[in-house]
Amino acid sequence: MKRYDLIVVGAGPAGLSAAIEAAKRGLSVVVFDENAKPGGQLFKQIHKFFGSKEHKAKIRGFKIGEELLEEASGAGVEVVLNAVVTGLYLDKEVVVKLGGEIVHYKGDAVIVATGASENMVTFDGWTLPGVIGAGAAQTMMNLHHIQPGSKILMLGSGNVGLVVSFQLLQAGCEVVALVDAAPRIGGYGVHAAKIARCGVPFYLSHTIIKADGDNRVTGVTIGEVDQTWSVIPGTEKQFEVDTICLAVGLSPMSQLLKMAGCAMEENPGKGGLVPVCGEFGETSVPGLFVAGDVSGIEEASSAMIEGRVAGAAAARRLGFMEETELGARLEELETALSSLRQGMFAPRNKGKTPIHTDEGCPISSNLLKKGYLTDDEVPAYPGVKSVKGIHPVIECTQNIPCNPCQDACPKQCIKIGANITALPAVDENSVCIGCGMCVAACSGQSIFLVDEDAGEGCASIVIPYEFVPLPAPGQRGIALDRSGAELCPAEVVSVKSAQAFDHTNLLTMKVPREMGMRARFFKLPKEVRA
Amino acid sequence: MSRINDRSRPLGQFVPLPDDDRIICRCEEITKGEIRRAVHDGMFTLTEVRRYLRTGMGLCQGQTCARLVRDIVARELGVSPLELEAAASRAPMRPVEMKILANETKGAD
Repeated sequence: MKRYDLIVVGAGPAGLSAAIEAAKRGLSVVVFDENAKPGGQLFKQIHKFFGSKEHKAKIRGFKIGEELLEEASGAGVEVVLNAVVTGLYLDKEVVVKLGGEIVHYKGDAVIVATGASENMVTFDGWTLPGVIGAGAAQTMMNLHHIQPGSKILMLGSGNVGLVVSFQLLQAGCEVVALVDAAPRIGGYGVHAAKIARCGVPFYLSHTIIKADGDNRVTGVTIGEVDQTWSVIPGTEKQFEVDTICLAVGLSPMSQLLKMAGCAMEENPGKGGLVPVCGEFGETSVPGLFVAGDVSGIEEASSAMIEGRVAGAAAARRLGFMEETELGARLEELETALSSLRQGMFAPRNKGKTPIHTDEGCPISSNLLKKGYLTDDEVPAYPGVKSVKGIHPVIECTQNIPCNPCQDACPKQCIKIGANITALPAVDENSVCIGCGMCVAACSGQSIFLVDEDAGEGCASIVIPYEFVPLPAPGQRGIALDRSGAELCPAEVVSVKSAQAFDHTNLLTMKVPREMGMRARFFKLPKEVRA
Repeated sequence: MSRINDRSRPLGQFVPLPDDDRIICRCEEITKGEIRRAVHDGMFTLTEVRRYLRTGMGLCQGQTCARLVRDIVARELGVSPLELEAAASRAPMRPVEMKILANETKGAD
């Protein structure tokens, strides 16, 4: 039986991070993954991540995947793909299907980082072809470059539903509606605003009644639900769609741990059945650790830190690290992890709906229900100041752990401070040079450069633009407001695509002066789009 | 004896529901009505339901339906889904062809 100091199950963000951390301390490490490619979900993530610079914020997910793989190979981690772990036993024996064989391995320590699987909901017609998980949609679009459908309804307004909806728009699909049974949008407001300004309507307190079609989805009927989740008669709405996308949560894939005899608990806050963990992700079986979504659903940034913690703890347990060295490393990692777990969306605030931000600004109820801020609500936030000349307008209105905009500005116009969840504030005394670095740096695409008086009765607005084809300077189109409604004519002044912007193009458009604080998206006229 | 295992407690009459024909376990094509009836037939735990109907024993190994089945059984028993213990996890965790399962090696040293 082949032995390793450490066997890691799963080559996603948590598993790779754990393997790197341990291998750097001299452990012999192997990572098994059942997929043909490593990286878990990271390579489907084409958007820029939130967080701080240390957490790889504003780097696109797939880039983080590439960096992790490079780091892993440099550290001497052996990654075995198409390797299906079929069993895990008490004495840390790992049974793997490799090609046409079942092979036994033994690890002095084992880290399980198997991630999660998508939840499903049932309704009449849910087994029709055309009903797919949001993860499947991402796989089709971002790995295989195939449109999942042409007209799509998304169920679920958490960050997965919001991010995948935006990616569907980028892939050229039409998202006819975003539906959630909850009364409020579950994910980040900035993600919702990105979709709303493209014209996608939100239906909160709505559920799918049925999917229409005989052999495949041809339509969907939704209805409003009351407080007991029952459909209110007469509220039915019908949409013609060929695809229904479900983003209704994730469940930890913890079966291997149950099999290995770990003490388990049903923990709704963590998304389902998870192992009971002590410090550093160690289960009730000594030397058997967990990291990432399998230990509780979160997101990739915290999964990577959890992986590092488990990897370091495993190294210590096997004597590859001194207690003091471990202590110092863990302190560093715990600080990073806790900074990610702050703010309105922190695990401990799950289910709570604050009325005010930490700064005392009102939380927009329109943002939570319809996905956009109203014109009246916008001026209430510290990122929105009326300044002469070009200046950033930051429509970031919820306390989320993210701060790349602060460092992006070479003129220090944007202040967040030490508290990573604080709302960004525009400093009126610093002079904006209109470079647009903040617009490109904002993972939530919530920063605009506005000059409310750009001459000739016009206002100029710089918006982040991540769609193809790119409009050309001089092209005329329509400016959309935050709700996606057509507002006024607009003309493209310039489109900048510098390398430093990392594929977030900066589109400058000219609109009538009074629309400077209202226009937030640019649409080419129909005849040009077609 | 746990509340779940109290076989003497009355569940009342089996009442057909309009969506009983809806398939819940896609791999084994088990409907909601069949799962509800299984509870009335005395299958009170998820492991029993699985053995009785083969829910979660197909290609996806319950990845899709485990939660759905659990919620239906819990509702029929009148308990919280959290009270129902997940069905046992056994190797192989993923479907493996018999010829591969039999081709066991000790691994190269």
